[in-house]
Amino acid sequence: MKALIELYIQQFKTTLAMMVAYRASLLIWMIGQVLEPLVYLIVWSIVSNNNGGSIGDYTTSQFAAYFILLMLVNQVTYTWVMYEFEYRIREGNFSFTLLRPVHPIHADIADNISSKLITTPSMIVVAVALGLVFHVSLAPQPWAIALFFPALFLAFAIRFFIEWTLAMLTFWTTRVGAANQTYFVLMLFLSGQFAPLALLPAPIQVLANILPFRWLISYPIDLLMGRLTFNQALIGLGVQAAWLIVSFILLRVVWRAGIKVYSAVGA
Amino acid sequence: MIKDSGTAPTVDIKDLRKLYMVTQQESGAGAAVQSLIHRRKLIVPAVDGISFHLDPGEIVGFLGPNGAGKTTTLKMLSGLLHPTAGEVKVLDYIPWKREKAFLRQITLVMGQRNQLVWDIPALSSYELNRVIYHIPLDHYRRTLAELTDLLELGPLLHKPVRNLSLGERMKCELAAALLHQPQVVFLDEPTIGLDVTMQRRIRSFLTEYNQRFGATILLTSHYMADVQALCKRVVVIHHGKLLFDGELAKLVQKFSEYKTIIVQIGDCQNNMADYGEVVSCEDGRITLRVPKAQTARVTEQLLADLPVIDLLVEDPPIEEIIDRVFAQEKA
Repeated sequence: MKALIELYIQQFKTTLAMMVAYRASLLIWMIGQVLEPLVYLIVWSIVSNNNGGSIGDYTTSQFAAYFILLMLVNQVTYTWVMYEFEYRIREGNFSFTLLRPVHPIHADIADNISSKLITTPSMIVVAVALGLVFHVSLAPQPWAIALFFPALFLAFAIRFFIEWTLAMLTFWTTRVGAANQTYFVLMLFLSGQFAPLALLPAPIQVLANILPFRWLISYPIDLLMGRLTFNQALIGLGVQAAWLIVSFILLRVVWRAGIKVYSAVGA
Repeated sequence: MIKDSGTAPTVDIKDLRKLYMVTQQESGAGAAVQSLIHRRKLIVPAVDGISFHLDPGEIVGFLGPNGAGKTTTLKMLSGLLHPTAGEVKVLDYIPWKREKAFLRQITLVMGQRNQLVWDIPALSSYELNRVIYHIPLDHYRRTLAELTDLLELGPLLHKPVRNLSLGERMKCELAAALLHQPQVVFLDEPTIGLDVTMQRRIRSFLTEYNQRFGATILLTSHYMADVQALCKRVVVIHHGKLLFDGELAKLVQKFSEYKTIIVQIGDCQNNMADYGEVVSCEDGRITLRVPKAQTARVTEQLLADLPVIDLLVEDPPIEEIIDRVFAQEKA
């Protein structure tokens, strides 16, 4: 355990050094992270204003609150392992990773957390500024705030496990673009990134509840927006816990099978 | 540091095999469409039943032309590839299980690949390796100081790796691979693309590392100078099969049927062909190729017949011998 903590600290230093080495691209990346929800926010605000100030039970200012929170939740739960993995395997760098006496997932988790620690403060500043510009008011219950943080952490962990598992498809085929694209489209609609799920047709809402996507993005946002009762909130945490276990088991199963394939066909 | 394990070999391979399944496709659009439905699969033996072992502290050259199965073998030895059949043991571990205790004692250096993080100084990658391999801090500092000294890394450690030249990067790669003082070192073309000075530097470093830490080293290289300088013993494979395992000198003896005789006389004479095959003649310096068995007789004759200023009998260059080994195999 102590060794792992040391590894995470050292990885933090490495990630920091890499980010400093690429300041400009980091800045561009962060602008992108802000722009995407901002575009949805503006579009939905216009539609809402033309609709008499609300759509469904979302007012224009609630749309703003929703997409600003979405920006933050996405910032915390986002991963880039699916792009990384393909590159690693194709370039053969993964072989070195495999020869190290530590599971490769640790370097990725540590790298992810490290870059989040570095970028999140400025994202919070941006979020507060946007909140002021769009006259957002949020008054979540204290219990909702208390539950938000474990919910956010679980959302990160599940998303990380799922995307690491999908990334491992590279073991079977080195061109995983199509699979990634399918995943991203599902994510866009079923997690609430494109629009609050409450505004989507009922069958899609059912699907979103069954699949993991909602629990990665929409659920923590709904908590802070005051859209869940205490009981609904607890059930949500339970569902997240279940997905955490499922995604972890899936990760392990796919890892074992994938590594077998990798070491059979040529590392 | 030499592990006192009696007679147990450090590396032990018995009848090792690795088959690859490759899909084949003829050229042309028709074949491309056909391959969507049915792919013709072909089984190619990359390593086809080889056996050898390495004793603790040995440096052995692992030779063979491109595609002979050298890299595949090294990958099976380091645990990256699962053998199709046969036995591999390294330090008594089964490599493909990749147990942590095993991984901490080995290293694999591939001259064409790099493990260092491209955008940051090598020193940062070293620090990361320190925690990954659980190297105690004082130990780490001592080893790093030694490696820095041996490889003259001082001015390189703080530059981003992408700013280093190929040779500088290779030196930093070697240090990264050896920080945890592995007992077994697998080197795949460690000097590829490097200039002669840098090649020599790496060679003397490897000798030094081997002596200082008692490490067992298995090395592939296309540069025979590497092999001659480092390895007493060589293992030669071709088409996945073992061709030769023994002392480099024996390889020369076994496969060279000719000796080269270089005589310095006043000027070129036209009757030299009587003595042997004339390879070249420049400024009275004549190079003859003579069947090994006749070397003594021809030398005697040359000395008796001609006003010889200087005479030299040599084995042909090792490249030529290796060439002949592979050519024989083909025929």
